[in-house]
Amino acid sequence: MRQKGHSVETVAAWALALLWLLPLAYSLWSAFHPSEYATRFDITAPLTLDNFVRAWNQAPFARYYLNTLMLVSLVLAGQLVVSTLAAYAFARFRFFGREVLFALVLVQLMIMPDVLIVENYRVISALNLLDTIPAIALPYIASAFGIFLLRQTFKSVPNELVEAARVEGASSFGVLWRVFVPLGKTTYIAFGLVSVSYHWNNFLWPLIVTNSVESRPLTVGLAVFGAPETGVDWSVITAATVMTMAPLLLAFLLFQRQFVQSFMRAGIR
Amino acid sequence: MVSAVMSAAEPRAVRRNAWLTNVNAWLLLLPAIVLLATFTHYPILATLYHSFFSLSRGGASEFVGLENYTYMLEDDVFRQVLRNNIVFAIATVPTSIALALLMAVWVDKKMTGRSFLRLAFFTPTVLPMIAVANIWLFFYTPDYGLLDQFLKGLGFSGHNWLGDPSTVMSCLAVMVVWKEAGFFMIFYLAALQTIPPELKEAAAVEGASRWYFFRRVTLPLLMPTTLFISINALINSFKLVDQLVIMTKGGPNNASSLLLYYIYEVAFTFQDTAFAATLTVTLIAILAAVALTKFVYLDRRIHYQ
Repeated sequence: MRQKGHSVETVAAWALALLWLLPLAYSLWSAFHPSEYATRFDITAPLTLDNFVRAWNQAPFARYYLNTLMLVSLVLAGQLVVSTLAAYAFARFRFFGREVLFALVLVQLMIMPDVLIVENYRVISALNLLDTIPAIALPYIASAFGIFLLRQTFKSVPNELVEAARVEGASSFGVLWRVFVPLGKTTYIAFGLVSVSYHWNNFLWPLIVTNSVESRPLTVGLAVFGAPETGVDWSVITAATVMTMAPLLLAFLLFQRQFVQSFMRAGIR
Repeated sequence: MVSAVMSAAEPRAVRRNAWLTNVNAWLLLLPAIVLLATFTHYPILATLYHSFFSLSRGGASEFVGLENYTYMLEDDVFRQVLRNNIVFAIATVPTSIALALLMAVWVDKKMTGRSFLRLAFFTPTVLPMIAVANIWLFFYTPDYGLLDQFLKGLGFSGHNWLGDPSTVMSCLAVMVVWKEAGFFMIFYLAALQTIPPELKEAAAVEGASRWYFFRRVTLPLLMPTTLFISINALINSFKLVDQLVIMTKGGPNNASSLLLYYIYEVAFTFQDTAFAATLTVTLIAILAAVALTKFVYLDRRIHYQ
């Protein structure tokens, strides 16, 4: 009886899992087959890379890739430096205004830059940065979330280690670099994966501040390319869609455990 | 360092040290403060400020008090997007949570191929919403889309799923649930793994059925996780609008528009930044209310542990 209940559940779980993979499987199917098979399932349909070639030639995807790569690197590098310094101050220094400042940092956790699009557009435009990659990155570089995560990590660093480094004559910076940063490794990886995923996928803000091939990230490029008025073949659009999600998807398939754990750590805080 | 301050004997050295600590700390915080002030605090205040002024098309903007707010409350589109957002939250939040829980319970068991199951459920989380929207757009395409093809096989006729105000929200909700459930699953999974196995053994000895155990033990123990997920899902339902740009542009007739998308439209299509500021104040107020609920709840959890 118990055995039977189990197998029914296994079947149900598998059915749901297959249903969950269906949209992805479908997009792969239509990206790798000629367009006459886009809506027709036929196991004998010939495989082709033609859709990818056409997508690649019809829009500057190489440039979009480069832009996205520059964007996520800039955001991540900036976030790591800014959050590390701030988290170190919050975790290890007793200074005037600490509580107030920390509360002010936390404000960003509830009101994220994603909803402040109107005023942030004005700020970026006043800084004369419209239609550049830094324009997309800047609102996200100070990450309350990163500061919060790293502060938690730094707070748990044992005092003895800090004292030991001090005895050896390390400065404040030396202690940060030699003790705190190495001990924060797992937090850095977790935060890094979440940040890269977020900014690789981010869309609305980049759509608002960019207006040219030179600054558009992949997501915006894909939206421009796939807009119905362009009249591009469905199979070609799917190929472009697959190109947009492929790097992250492959990274996820390779480092599954790391991804899941990072998202979990980052979410639970 | 704090300890350095404590161990210093001379008062003057103490004062000098304290002063140095302050300077050090503020210097470390400087980049974060400048960036946060520019892209979070100033924009919040500026939004509030601009919401009390008229639009300056060419001429100077004037202080108009609450006029923008009165206009907003009388704006049919605003009422509709707010209603849509509530409907959207009610449609997506409980469904994602229920599915996430079901997935987690399944993956947590020693089931055949559980790592494949986890992979299948979690994958949508790492995909860009814009790519997802592209794929699902074709699912819902009238006549040619996968959904219509499938329904035709069953003898139904084609339907313009995203073009019909009565079906568009459900279609988008299904897609968002698909995208989010796997993400919430991992939090349940983590929580399930902290439930001591002795509890289960004890219940088995007492002869409790699995369902009874789930209802009376597992579910209450997962309550903090459920609250945490609910709040995150609720915030997401106000934040996620990328799909609208690709799939419906808020249509037909604003039937699928959400508050943030309306803000985007008002600001960047209609160029009415004063009204967009007013709408943003509303969104900020909603998010702040949700966040405050979260803080209150988090405090309580800290006390109980």
